[in-house]
Amino acid sequence: MSNSKQSDTVIHTPSGIVGKQDFTITVYTENQVGLLNRIAIIFSRRKINIESLNVSPSEAEGIHRFTIVISETEDVVRKLCLQIEKQVEVLKAYYNTNEEIIWQEMALYKVPTDIIAEKAKVERLLHQHGARAVVIRKDYTIFETTGHREETEGLIKALEPYGLIEFVRSARVAIIKASKGFHEKLKEFEQTEPGEELVENEFLDKQDEVFTM
Amino acid sequence: METLEIIKDQKTEIKEPVSISGSQAVLEAFIAEGVHTIFGYPGGAIMPIYDALYDYNDKLEHILVRHEQGAIHAAQGFARSSGKVGAVFATSGPGATNLVTGLADAMIDSTPVVCVTGQVFAHLLGTDAFQEIDVINITAPVTKWNYQVTDATEIPHILAKAFYIARTGRPGPVLIDITKNAQIQKFDYEGYTKCEHIRSYRPKPIVRKEYVEDAAKLINEAKKPFVIFGQGIILGKAEKEFKAFIEKGGFPAAWTVLGLSAIPTDHPLNVGMLGMHGNYGPNVLTNECDVLIAIGMRFDDRVTGRLDKYAKQAKVIHLDIDPAEVDKNVKSTVPVWGDCKETLPMLTKLIDKKEHTEWLNKFHEFTQKEIDIVINDELNPKTEVMTMGEVIKSLNELTNGDAIIVTDVGQHQMVACRYAKFNQSKSNITSGGLGTMGFGLPAAIGAKLGAPERTIVEIVGDGGFQMTIQELGTIMQYKVDVKIIILNNQFLGMVRQWQQLFNDKRYSFVDIQSPDFVQVAKGYGIAGQTVKDRKDLRSALQEMLEHKGSYLLEVMVGKENNVFPMVPQGCSVSEIRLQ
Repeated sequence: MSNSKQSDTVIHTPSGIVGKQDFTITVYTENQVGLLNRIAIIFSRRKINIESLNVSPSEAEGIHRFTIVISETEDVVRKLCLQIEKQVEVLKAYYNTNEEIIWQEMALYKVPTDIIAEKAKVERLLHQHGARAVVIRKDYTIFETTGHREETEGLIKALEPYGLIEFVRSARVAIIKASKGFHEKLKEFEQTEPGEELVENEFLDKQDEVFTM
Repeated sequence: METLEIIKDQKTEIKEPVSISGSQAVLEAFIAEGVHTIFGYPGGAIMPIYDALYDYNDKLEHILVRHEQGAIHAAQGFARSSGKVGAVFATSGPGATNLVTGLADAMIDSTPVVCVTGQVFAHLLGTDAFQEIDVINITAPVTKWNYQVTDATEIPHILAKAFYIARTGRPGPVLIDITKNAQIQKFDYEGYTKCEHIRSYRPKPIVRKEYVEDAAKLINEAKKPFVIFGQGIILGKAEKEFKAFIEKGGFPAAWTVLGLSAIPTDHPLNVGMLGMHGNYGPNVLTNECDVLIAIGMRFDDRVTGRLDKYAKQAKVIHLDIDPAEVDKNVKSTVPVWGDCKETLPMLTKLIDKKEHTEWLNKFHEFTQKEIDIVINDELNPKTEVMTMGEVIKSLNELTNGDAIIVTDVGQHQMVACRYAKFNQSKSNITSGGLGTMGFGLPAAIGAKLGAPERTIVEIVGDGGFQMTIQELGTIMQYKVDVKIIILNNQFLGMVRQWQQLFNDKRYSFVDIQSPDFVQVAKGYGIAGQTVKDRKDLRSALQEMLEHKGSYLLEVMVGKENNVFPMVPQGCSVSEIRLQ
């Protein structure tokens, strides 16, 4: 009804992180039509841009894994994960900082074959970037490289003077360092009464800090 | 009805599948889930289900509304007055899109509703066929769950899932879209099994004893504890447990708009309503209590006012069934996840028996001040024009607080919520979170069908009434006994109030004209009258309540009366204005 300025509060998160940073959200779900939209609109409703999104089957049969990268504050990401978990077909949503995961992106580069063949420098360059030829044709060659954003980005810059025709990069895929896989968790979900462990609680270890009365 | 009997026999004795259509399977599912009343409107893509319904006339009552929005609001009213799941049928395309407002309303107010919409044949999906619309994606943000059925064999277990999801945990609306081919398709039906577990869905979190203990410790140390509660108490059917809790601890307790009627209005520990137009004491003292115990409520912005000035001095204990609500708006010191039906008795056991007389008196002092400055003038006005409050006051005296009050949205809603008296739970039905004008009339119809033994009084404004006025036709056709009170101030009053207070009285498009409501009602065969003088009010209310069948009473009230107290938007709850 009117323009209010209510949201200027900063809520401090348990770990004290207030600023925006990259978070990787890992979501385990049932394989169901329409779920991608249900998850996507949780972000778009809050005008949050998804930087990268990957969906593929997980190690557990019938369970799909979403890997979503966004740049936000931890408090926002935590709330997003709770909203994602609220979806009926979502089993679990985790969020992690870059330090807590091992992650990679794959990139493909299309370059004119004649230029590469002529210039030995290019070959050295590709070697330096750990790139590998996937297809070699008379007119063009496609290289592939895998790594972090800066690495794939670096090769674009390096190849630009040699007539880079086309470039594409995949979404991030990530493995949580501390994860023990999803098989065990899945067993708990299949029980009628879920196990205690399922309700994670950030306050559990912080009782001393919480009770100051 | 033959079909059903055969199925029952075969299920219990022969246990042999029987061939039925998808449409029949839908109806069998509704019956198995205990549904008797369905609100709906037929159309092309749901015709096979309606054809099957023709044979189920003695098991299922179908209420033909006048607009699909009316169907879903009626189902909401039904669910809210009965505590059961509301049921809706609508066709594809416009039939389904007309449900969206009601779905959103049910979503934000956690009302269990199952909607079945027809859809074009599966082979026509995505072809822009006649009355084809992408219902699943349109309704994704406003449903707890939705699903499109294209094969009849899916129907029994999908509907079982739908009912299970709608009514468990934090309830909500579910929509099942069924393509026409699946409705027609015959398949081997093996009976209906209720859903009791979905591996990816946890209706309620496990209760953690350590948190209950921590909460109890905090409560026992508190000097000025304050309980604020919402609809979670009613949805969790935990009224008794809640009463035991506040009575043992001697806590002053204030309700949100949707928490109204969870305890009787005149309970000695009930200190009134929270929020923008709530009571003076609960709002101001939110910022003075030392432990704030929030139960089954979600800290809506209309309750909290400015968040960074909300209860900053207090330790917050938050009991909720939905993990996503805890710490969403207000950071809790101790979160107590779980069903309050389970957590409240655990907590009651651990808390000390206490009386906080001095603290409670503080609330009473504020109440007295509010009575002196606001309430007296509203309930016993000395002005010539009538106030909304005096209508509610007279109504209270005549119903004794035994009626179910259904309201629409606006000034009359806030006045009704502030002054209506309630003796029993599930007696206040209103559109809280979404603020849907037009909710009242259809919701009142549903409320009556959900609680036929009770008196239903709908309080509505002249604006909102015209949004779903066509449902008078439903009242006429099914002889639903609903008492309608239109509080007519000849304005869209709440917006006008804001324009007066915050936009320099620039009354921009709030001057609404109305038809002769009594004549309109007469056209539908509904009795009624208009009251313009105070001296006629009481007898008119009496006549309305004693009238057999529906009745429309239009009361002309002051054109520019305002609802106070008020927490202006962007202000703290302690900055509440009394005038």
